[in-house]
Amino acid sequence: MRRVKVKDLFREQRTFELRVLLAGGIVALLLALVAGRLLWLQVVRYQYYAELSQGNRVRIEPLPPDRGIIYDRKGRILAENTPAYQLTITREQVNDLDGVLQRLVQLELLESDDLERVRKLIASRRLFEAVPVRLRLTDEEISRYAVHRHELRGVDLATRMARHYPYGSVAVHALGYVGSISEDDLKRLDPAQYFGTAAIGKTGLESSYEAELHGRGGFREVLVNAEGRSVETLGGARPELRIDRPAAGLDLELSLDIELQRVAEQAMGDRRGAVVALDPWTGDVLVLASTPTFDPNKFARGISTADYRDLTTNPDQPLYNRVLRGTYPPGSTIKPLMALAGLEAGVIKPEDTRFCRGFFTLPNSSHRYRDWKKEGHGTVNMREAVMTSCDVYFYGLAAALGIDRIHDTMTRLGFGKPTGIDVQGERGGIMPSTAWKKSAFKQPEMRVWFPGETVIVGIGQGYWTATPLQLANAMAVLATRGPHFKPRLVSSLRDPETRERTPRPPEPLPTVTLNDPGSWEVIVDAMVAVTTGPRGTAVRAARGAAYTIAGKTGTAQVYTVGQQEKYDEKTVADRLRDHALFVAFAPAEQPRLAVAVLVENGGHGSSVAAPVARAVFDAYLSEPSP
Amino acid sequence: MMHQGFGESRSRRTLTRGTRLLKALHLDGALLVGLAAVAAFGLLVLYSAAGGNTAMWTRQVVRLGIAVVGMLFLAQVPARFLRMVTPLAYGIGVLLLMVVAGLGDIGKGAQRWLDLGVVRFQPSELMKLAVPMMCAWYLHDRALPASIRETLVVLVIVAIPALLVAEQPDLGTALLVAAAGLSVLLLAGLPWRFVFAGAGLAAAATPLAWFLMHDYQRSRVLTLLNPQTDPLGAGYHIIQSQIAIGSGGVFGKGWMNGSQAQLEFLPERSTDFIFAVIGEELGLLGQLFLIGLYLVVIGRALYLANQCRDTFGRLVSGSIALTFFVYVLVNTGMVTGLLPVVGVPLPLVSYGGTSMVTLLAGFGILMSLQAQRKLVRT
Repeated sequence: MRRVKVKDLFREQRTFELRVLLAGGIVALLLALVAGRLLWLQVVRYQYYAELSQGNRVRIEPLPPDRGIIYDRKGRILAENTPAYQLTITREQVNDLDGVLQRLVQLELLESDDLERVRKLIASRRLFEAVPVRLRLTDEEISRYAVHRHELRGVDLATRMARHYPYGSVAVHALGYVGSISEDDLKRLDPAQYFGTAAIGKTGLESSYEAELHGRGGFREVLVNAEGRSVETLGGARPELRIDRPAAGLDLELSLDIELQRVAEQAMGDRRGAVVALDPWTGDVLVLASTPTFDPNKFARGISTADYRDLTTNPDQPLYNRVLRGTYPPGSTIKPLMALAGLEAGVIKPEDTRFCRGFFTLPNSSHRYRDWKKEGHGTVNMREAVMTSCDVYFYGLAAALGIDRIHDTMTRLGFGKPTGIDVQGERGGIMPSTAWKKSAFKQPEMRVWFPGETVIVGIGQGYWTATPLQLANAMAVLATRGPHFKPRLVSSLRDPETRERTPRPPEPLPTVTLNDPGSWEVIVDAMVAVTTGPRGTAVRAARGAAYTIAGKTGTAQVYTVGQQEKYDEKTVADRLRDHALFVAFAPAEQPRLAVAVLVENGGHGSSVAAPVARAVFDAYLSEPSP
Repeated sequence: MMHQGFGESRSRRTLTRGTRLLKALHLDGALLVGLAAVAAFGLLVLYSAAGGNTAMWTRQVVRLGIAVVGMLFLAQVPARFLRMVTPLAYGIGVLLLMVVAGLGDIGKGAQRWLDLGVVRFQPSELMKLAVPMMCAWYLHDRALPASIRETLVVLVIVAIPALLVAEQPDLGTALLVAAAGLSVLLLAGLPWRFVFAGAGLAAAATPLAWFLMHDYQRSRVLTLLNPQTDPLGAGYHIIQSQIAIGSGGVFGKGWMNGSQAQLEFLPERSTDFIFAVIGEELGLLGQLFLIGLYLVVIGRALYLANQCRDTFGRLVSGSIALTFFVYVLVNTGMVTGLLPVVGVPLPLVSYGGTSMVTLLAGFGILMSLQAQRKLVRT
């Protein structure tokens, strides 16, 4: 039989009291043990440790590695390290900090907006540490400092290697930039490696290849005096001082062509948008331009608060990488791909025609899906539909295909997922499907796919979004008629010491194979018609070219026009105007370059985006192929 | 208790305004003074250990302020409510630990943090309080000493979070969580034969523990035994901290004058190894003074625990007091080279907000429990 226990409160209280007393005894005993240990260290062994502490005269000083240099495909330097004079303040040597800071502002060596940041910086450093308040001074500023040096006790010049981008803002979204190491960076990196490094890659390649570019930090031992100041070695060399030389970071050789990039950026002018150009046979990215741009040297030199605020509050968002992160409705640019999907699924033949009367309706529905041309295109076959960009043809084709078959083909062409380019931050866009909609929405009534949603996907609207890079990537597949490569910016890495080059061979993706390989030429032919045909939408931009361009214009709606309204460019505010797009590859028969251009709120792809692509083709194809 | 009424009316006459206010706020004057003294001493030392980095020092003051507010708040929470929410807190804690193990943010190479967007939060900190409270909650209504079955249940309550934390790997916190839970068992009157059997088993399992340890944990144990084997690697901490302490002597080199600390020979001087800075700059006297303050806090907390009138209050309070002691012992033992290097901060002195908030939250709970001692029916 089980013994019944009764809660005996008095006994429990008593037990607890005893246990507490005992615990107190143990606490006292163990702390006495610690105290005994202290007596041993500080009284009995005092002499021994005092001598050891006296001998601690060697301090470890970091030797930061040289950051790898970045070259373009023709060996031009895009990012290098140049010696820079920086302005430092040692608080302990300054009598009147506020006065000195004010004086620096008067001398225009500091901006008054920056004082708050500089004060914080000074407060957060250790004793007797020279705090860099400006990372790169101009020659003129240096001489101004030199003249007034006597009034500026505690303010010094120091040299270090600083990042410099000789091409300034050109290709800034591909290269990225370096900036001061932030608290967030410190959490991720190995402090031993960055001990002594001033800057770290923040975006673009500078950040994606940080591990390769940075190198390995070294150190050397220096003799210090009682205050911790470095002193010259006593009586010549002291052989027991160790030195561990840093290993410089790897140089990067890019597939980017900086002159071609400049052509693309100049062609964009002051418009917002993106240009990407790929070598379809390798995945080499020759142009990666997002506009507006900004000067990465500002960051490398320590950006001022005012400059940074200007960049972040600019409504044109210069810091935003539109090529990789901008997801836009692809608009009519995907019509050739839709045609390809139709041929692949066998729901349509190239010669099949459809009558376009200016709008499309689904059976049993009165909703009118309008064509961009109010009066319609009349009877069109596939070639004519692509050439004139007839919406009604593709509304019908999409409805016949159904969203899931569209999704299958477009996924093979790289939509709906990041392309895998070797720069971080890429977005994948959305390639909708019934499965996607089920998982993307919470409300049950939103999780069903409606036929009408398929119709507008046929002209690249609706849920479908893609990055300019994905569009160029899909063009590259059309250009090669199947073979597919992962876009890449870095073509090889080089060890600056051994000069050893490690090439990164092109990375093939699964080749796109068609049931009928003849379909490739049907599509390419229709795209050539866009730039050469009688009613082609990009004829004007392609006129006079010494090569054939296979292209497609696009206009992506930002703003939905109501059923009874008519889209009027003039009344719609600039930010609500359509995005202009153009995708192409050339020469059509033996393509060497695939291009995608997007101009935000640019209006029509034919008049705004296509000339940018033309400029890039002209510049690239006028050179003989390597 | 029968004589309660007398005690109250007699003492009421002698209450001054200040003590009446403390009473109303459920605070214990002596404990408060002890904690304040430790914290003030800590800030003084930290100013020097941070090398005059005022931004760091200010941040610590702000954290201390937040922790104090948390403590004062918890002191106002009724003890009954604390007991009521204990299983919930424990359950959530275990769940969060599993989440961290699953998708925890990588912080300092170990999975400990849960990123809540606004704040990063260490669920293992919550467990330092939730585990002893859960053990006490379980034992509260049961006749003590606990039966073998009940003891095993408590061990499971302790083991689940402790193992999850050890797996992160955060040996220091796992140790504190386990100590907090086991101290409840000890205080609840676990028969001595179990205590000794447990200790024997633990000793026998040492080889197994060695087998399960991470490489860096093994190297810390090895370097404790012989720091000279790797003077620039794992042994560096131990050697430099002993030089710092030993060279301080009886009176120390003076505040802000420790060459070991100020010339950066001493690693982690503002966090885990701050006790060595005290030894170097303020000497044996400074260290003994701090240990004395700790003794006051621990002693007073144990005394208050004994004043609690119900099992839950007693066990939780006692465990909070003893956990605080384990902090002190493990940290000072590690810095003086008596124990292996385990990441446990010196309570209320080391730089860092997380442990400070947890520790003061514990004392807030303790004050709540002792304040309600006369309201709880036994």
